[in-house]
Amino acid sequence: MTTDTTPGAAPTVRHEADPSGVPLLRVEGLVKHFPITQGIVFKKTVGQVRAVDGVNFELRSGETLGLVGESGCGKSTVSKLLMQLEKPTAGKVYYKGEDVTHLSGKDLRRLRRNIQIIFQDPYSSLNPRMTVGDIVGEPWEIHPDVVPKGQRSQRVRELLERVGLNPDFVNRYPHQFSGGQRQRIGIARALALQPEIIVCDEPVSALDVSVQAQVVNLLEELKRDFGLAYIFIAHDLSVVRHISDRVAVMYLGSIVEIGTEDEIYEQSAHPYTQALLSAVPVLDPVARSQKTRIMLTGDVPSPANPPSGCRFRTRCWKAQDICATDPPELVDRGQGHPVACHFAEAVTIVGGDTHVPEPTTDLSEPVETRASAKRRTGS
Amino acid sequence: MTSVLTSPTGAAAGGAPLLEVDDLYVEFRTDYGVVHAVNGISYTLNAGETLAILGESGCGKSVSAQTIMGILDTPPGFVTGGEIRYKGRDLLKMGAKEQRDIRGEEISIVFQDALSSLNPVFSVGAQIGEMFRRHRGTSRGEAKKLAIELMDRVRIPAAKDRVGDYPHQFSGGMRQRVMIAMAIALDPAILIADEPTTALDVTVQAQIMDLLQELQDETGMGLILITHDLGVVGEIADRVAVMYAGRIVETGATDAVFSAPAMPYTEGLMASIARVDQKGQRLNPIVGSPPNLADLPTGCPFHPRCPRATDYCPTALPPLLEVVPGRRSACHYAEEVLNDH
Repeated sequence: MTTDTTPGAAPTVRHEADPSGVPLLRVEGLVKHFPITQGIVFKKTVGQVRAVDGVNFELRSGETLGLVGESGCGKSTVSKLLMQLEKPTAGKVYYKGEDVTHLSGKDLRRLRRNIQIIFQDPYSSLNPRMTVGDIVGEPWEIHPDVVPKGQRSQRVRELLERVGLNPDFVNRYPHQFSGGQRQRIGIARALALQPEIIVCDEPVSALDVSVQAQVVNLLEELKRDFGLAYIFIAHDLSVVRHISDRVAVMYLGSIVEIGTEDEIYEQSAHPYTQALLSAVPVLDPVARSQKTRIMLTGDVPSPANPPSGCRFRTRCWKAQDICATDPPELVDRGQGHPVACHFAEAVTIVGGDTHVPEPTTDLSEPVETRASAKRRTGS
Repeated sequence: MTSVLTSPTGAAAGGAPLLEVDDLYVEFRTDYGVVHAVNGISYTLNAGETLAILGESGCGKSVSAQTIMGILDTPPGFVTGGEIRYKGRDLLKMGAKEQRDIRGEEISIVFQDALSSLNPVFSVGAQIGEMFRRHRGTSRGEAKKLAIELMDRVRIPAAKDRVGDYPHQFSGGMRQRVMIAMAIALDPAILIADEPTTALDVTVQAQIMDLLQELQDETGMGLILITHDLGVVGEIADRVAVMYAGRIVETGATDAVFSAPAMPYTEGLMASIARVDQKGQRLNPIVGSPPNLADLPTGCPFHPRCPRATDYCPTALPPLLEVVPGRRSACHYAEEVLNDH
């Protein structure tokens, strides 16, 4: 850590990479099952919702790891587990090589100083009865050593300025701000303790299109200036592509594919990733004509009763007998990045500006594309 | 009902547009002042056509749809000017009974939030069947049969077994299909889809959009799609109307508008979104936030956020004028903007 003493540049810490190469955060075999109970007086557990079922990943310092997946895939539960807001059923979370999974009391507070979170909904995550100044400065009530009492009001003003808000607004209340401005308040609060890691749980999905980009740009600037590492959780694949260095794709509680932004978006090898990418509507008519259409049928199965073997097999056009019996492991199968599919094959679904789209491989047969649907309905 | 019932395509005689919204004004009179939600919008919709109304929250896009459907909350909402002509007849001048006959039967709507739009204490079959019972006087048994047919048509698996299920027993995508089934039950000539996929995941969104297009191909209905998602507009709309601060600021064929916008707001929206098919591009957000509709800026309402604004912009409201054939823009410098692309 180096300390920057330039006035106005709060928070004054820029985090540098640990030269020993130990990842900032490592997650190993993370599992979270929520019990399904029956009865009012005598609660009986009748099943388990397998919200997160064996998740492994690493976050290096200064890196942005995108976590994408559809609703119910467990991505928000992962964020809560990282923040120790939920206790995992099994598995471990390491912060700089230290097991932090079962910390409590003083040790947990010390950890939370380094890992902060920005929530999705800027309307419900700010206390309506507190002024902006109190909200941003509240973390120092618990960690008084970060900023001495006499400097706090000055530091709050600096933080507000840093996230693009007028520092004279310290005495206003959250309802006096727009959605984008509220999200900036949430970001200022997360920065107050000079964390190394910020977990961003859908930070822009509640914002208007023209305001989303303002917040995304702010997050990128802060990352550059303070050497932050982000876990960026979102369902919007476009935003995740824009901001992430590496991307993990989740389906029904586990990661099905993980790799660099290029590997996931231009050489995706898991059928689910491919289907997900192909479903994103594309604005540009030329890019759209080059896009492969894969239409998934059916819905995501219930995490209380997931399919045997590969969890995606019930909706997968490549599924064979082996998929029902052997859960595929998340390992490199010759595509250069780990994929959890027995029949992994890298395909370009949407092009990138560095990449000429290749003719698509055989996705034709059991897959319902718009073209084939049109042909079938005779229109 | 008149002869329009027999023509599901709804093509009106003489080739006149199916729906004409003409200089519509809607305001909300609140305790805090008058909110000018819709300020003189005009557009037309032809049979078989998909028109997208694109805009951010609070731009008046949903209010205009509610006015067409006659479900505007009055008070506080009031239509203060303009006409909405369906096959040449002004909907705003019709009596309540006439309006009710058109609503659901000729023009229907799909809302964003299917869970709060469906009644939790009735089975989905009963709610779909209600359309036939109300409008056609169909018997209970017949209505149930028709409901099953419709559920099949919107591809709800095992429709026969699920017709008695309640809304909470369905997933978000399936609930939206139930809403669509209700909306298309009486073969409407116009379907208004108000953010139909905003609450849904992308793979489900793709399914619903495909379904809407297939139904449109089958029935030839006109589709008005209200959305804030530029990608969705690009994929399915024939024409797009971009709204800002209660006005239409640009219209034209979708691909033409997106390949060369003629209004700085459209330009700004396109520069501010991340694209899944491009990497590493810098996002150029529009500065500031959408204006307060109770206190609109003078002149062009976009001028405080517009990078091209000049001293002239705050003084005069730019009318929506033709730039090139088929393209209209409400910008004093529309030609320059267009020529920059």
